[in-house]
Amino acid sequence: MSEIHAETVGYTRNTMLPPQPPPQRQSGAILWLRENLLSGPLNILLTILGIAVVWYLVSGVWPWLANSVWRADGLQECRAIITARAGEGTTGACWAVIRERWWQFTFGFYPRALYWRPVAAFGLLFVAIAPILFADERRIRRVVLGVAAVLTLLAMWAVNAPDGWLVAVAAVMVGGLVLSERRPSALLAFSGFYPVLAYWLLWGGSLWQPLMVLAGFFVGWGIYRLVGRGAPILRMVAAVLAVVAWWLWLGPLVAQTLAAALPLAIAAVTSDTFGGFLLSITIGVTAISMSLPLGIILALARRSDLPLVKMLAVTFIEFIRGVPLIALLFVASLLLNYFLPPGTSFDIILRVIIMVTLFAAAYMAEVIRGGLAALPRGQYEAADALGLDYWKAQRLIILPQALKVSIPGIVGTFIGIFKDTTLVTFVGLYDPLKSTADSVRASIAWKGTYWEPYIFTGAIFFILCFAMSRYSMYLETRLKRGDSH
Amino acid sequence: MADTAAPADPPFRLSMLIYDRRYRGWTIQIVVFLVVMTAAAWLINNTLENLAALGKDFSFRFLGQRAGYDIPQRLIPYTADSTHLRATVVGLLNTLLVSILGCIAATVLGVVAGVLRLSNNWIVARLLTIYVEIFRNIPLLLWILVIYAIFTEALPPPNAFRGEDPAASMVLFDSIALTNRYTAIPSLHATSDPGSLSLGWGVLISWAAVAFVLAFVAAVIAHRAIRRWAKARQEETGARPTTWPISLGLYVVPAVVLWFWFGITVERPVLAGFNFAGGSNVHNALVALWLALTLYTGAFIAEIVRAGILAVSKGQTEAAYALGLRPGRTMSLVVLPQALRVIVPPLISQWLNLTKNSSLAIATGYMDLRATLGGTTLNQTGRELEAMVLMMLIYLVLSLIISGGMNIYNARIRLRER
Repeated sequence: MSEIHAETVGYTRNTMLPPQPPPQRQSGAILWLRENLLSGPLNILLTILGIAVVWYLVSGVWPWLANSVWRADGLQECRAIITARAGEGTTGACWAVIRERWWQFTFGFYPRALYWRPVAAFGLLFVAIAPILFADERRIRRVVLGVAAVLTLLAMWAVNAPDGWLVAVAAVMVGGLVLSERRPSALLAFSGFYPVLAYWLLWGGSLWQPLMVLAGFFVGWGIYRLVGRGAPILRMVAAVLAVVAWWLWLGPLVAQTLAAALPLAIAAVTSDTFGGFLLSITIGVTAISMSLPLGIILALARRSDLPLVKMLAVTFIEFIRGVPLIALLFVASLLLNYFLPPGTSFDIILRVIIMVTLFAAAYMAEVIRGGLAALPRGQYEAADALGLDYWKAQRLIILPQALKVSIPGIVGTFIGIFKDTTLVTFVGLYDPLKSTADSVRASIAWKGTYWEPYIFTGAIFFILCFAMSRYSMYLETRLKRGDSH
Repeated sequence: MADTAAPADPPFRLSMLIYDRRYRGWTIQIVVFLVVMTAAAWLINNTLENLAALGKDFSFRFLGQRAGYDIPQRLIPYTADSTHLRATVVGLLNTLLVSILGCIAATVLGVVAGVLRLSNNWIVARLLTIYVEIFRNIPLLLWILVIYAIFTEALPPPNAFRGEDPAASMVLFDSIALTNRYTAIPSLHATSDPGSLSLGWGVLISWAAVAFVLAFVAAVIAHRAIRRWAKARQEETGARPTTWPISLGLYVVPAVVLWFWFGITVERPVLAGFNFAGGSNVHNALVALWLALTLYTGAFIAEIVRAGILAVSKGQTEAAYALGLRPGRTMSLVVLPQALRVIVPPLISQWLNLTKNSSLAIATGYMDLRATLGGTTLNQTGRELEAMVLMMLIYLVLSLIISGGMNIYNARIRLRER
């Protein structure tokens, strides 16, 4: 064959041709344009429509943004500046309103001299969540904690924090950074202590009271260990009873005694001064962190073999999910006093937090139930075959997998809760979106300022919520990578 | 086997209530039951004591009293002299109105946006991504406030449309006027008025509307019968008869006949004096709320639709082409049934969310259920407990109906594994 071939072919090329670049129309920007914008009549039409929409939006908004005014004492002055700069009939954004009302948007009516306390609480939050959120990525932990420390200290310095506190917070943040490099799990102790610290920093008063609430958990745990001989259920009941007794009678007594011996008190701040993003973040973070454990318990109860427990969980979840959050908030503000013993009344922020938490817990329970249902039956059976009891099986086998599956849903619920914190405006709390904007417009200087406050608050909500959703995507890919090992 | 006699049941001891799995479940449940009952009794007792201290009782008699307030937007006749019960029903119907309109519009918008987000066109896909991310990550309340502010602050007053050279002009071929107080839209009128059907309680429905609905229902039934026949025919002969002209006729012909029979005309809004007349003037509270709910929920639905389409693997389409199915049939027989299985359950829960979110009408002053029963009625009668309980019950029933529908659908489409 080859010989015949060799005889019939006069010439054979024995060197390779160098590869040619693709034709101009098949490469680079032109190819990209042809494929992504102009691949057919429909695509061309869509491109033209898209460009038209972009042009319409940009030409509408750009002049308004380009004429922004950052320094003015009122809307009239803003308009005068814009007219002087760009001529009659032009409009422009008046960001001076944000500049002037910045503190109101951030802190509401919180005492100005104490702004550093919420700032410190917010900064320390990152130390508390670092071991939970970035559990095994040292580099990310380092960056997040470092940036948080620098920003917190700068912000505290900017709002005139007392030097002693500045040093104390700096010490805690640096300590957290060092600890997260060496032994991240030790930081969990700080995460446990953080609620007490945050409550104390935000509301002030004596440190002993929140500390005694925290001590209740230790009391319960101690009793649980002490009654070591009994059945798990007996120990549990004993522990719960001990905790309740501690919180209701013994704890306040101890707190009083200790406060008399060593005050440890800072200036108290009442709830009605809370407002702006301080309020949203306080309600959001509390509800988010408490709804997850509650939601897990509810989800487990709903899948329980015990019909009564299951029925109670279903009733609770379906009731909460069937009613708008506004109705529940009105229950908190109007009806909760009916359900409590005559004469008791407690803080409206606390009531709202409880309601938002219950609301979030019901949604969380459904998300986690989805995760539990997605696990193959074999996992449950394998846990049973290993002889694990119910709680051990859930804790070691079932929940880690189920929670991993439901991460997108969980973070989605978090974002929903955070957005829903704006609804507290309807029960008279001072949220950043409606109440603050309304009160800005109520002043004569800023009457008629609509768009700037909305754009400002909207942008902040967008940044926070978008960051949460990106974090959930990061977590998903990281956990997926963990699967392949 | 035979020589290992079954051990006799050990005698019952009290500790078995805790240690023995046979009894433990019961122990736990009885304890839970007792705790829950005690808590409930405590709450009810507190409530009774508090009510007694305030000199109130628990009764729904206030529903029969005169309401004494006005509701601008209403679907059934209502005056200030009507009862609180009627005000409640008006509010419920308003909630349903904005919810149903919102669900329809949000679904259409969401499907279009979800499909376009997957488009090959770079600009369109990016634009839709921006739309979805912006609307999903900013609170609904802000959208309602912004859109309502656009309507009340940025739009011209009705009298700006007057004169030879008006400052404002109508949109969509001069059929809709957007003003800062209401949106004037065209309305339908029957020249040969067939009278109205009375549903009782002062509710009248024009016979023309009834006739159109009946014609539509009949067309749907006939259409399904034709499809069944076509399918049977295909099974028998292998060729599917062409049915679409008949089906189209079934829907169009009766509608056209009825249109001319009743002499229906479209009346455009025309400026008469200071206000628009002729068409209907829809309050901006409703339009703004509807628009905000639509845009917000549409973004969520877009994501659901996108996920549903991506969930059907490419191999399914390719396999269908390999079997020789045409693209249309591939879509309707292979892709859509699988995508819908993924799309519909979360879609229905978005409808549920939209219905509950319609209670944010409080931000625009639209008189929905929360504003009538849970708002003015509550404040006027001072019956917080009764009004809130009733309102929550109504919302609960609404959402149970919607999720019941979802369960039926889920049961119908469940994969039947063999």
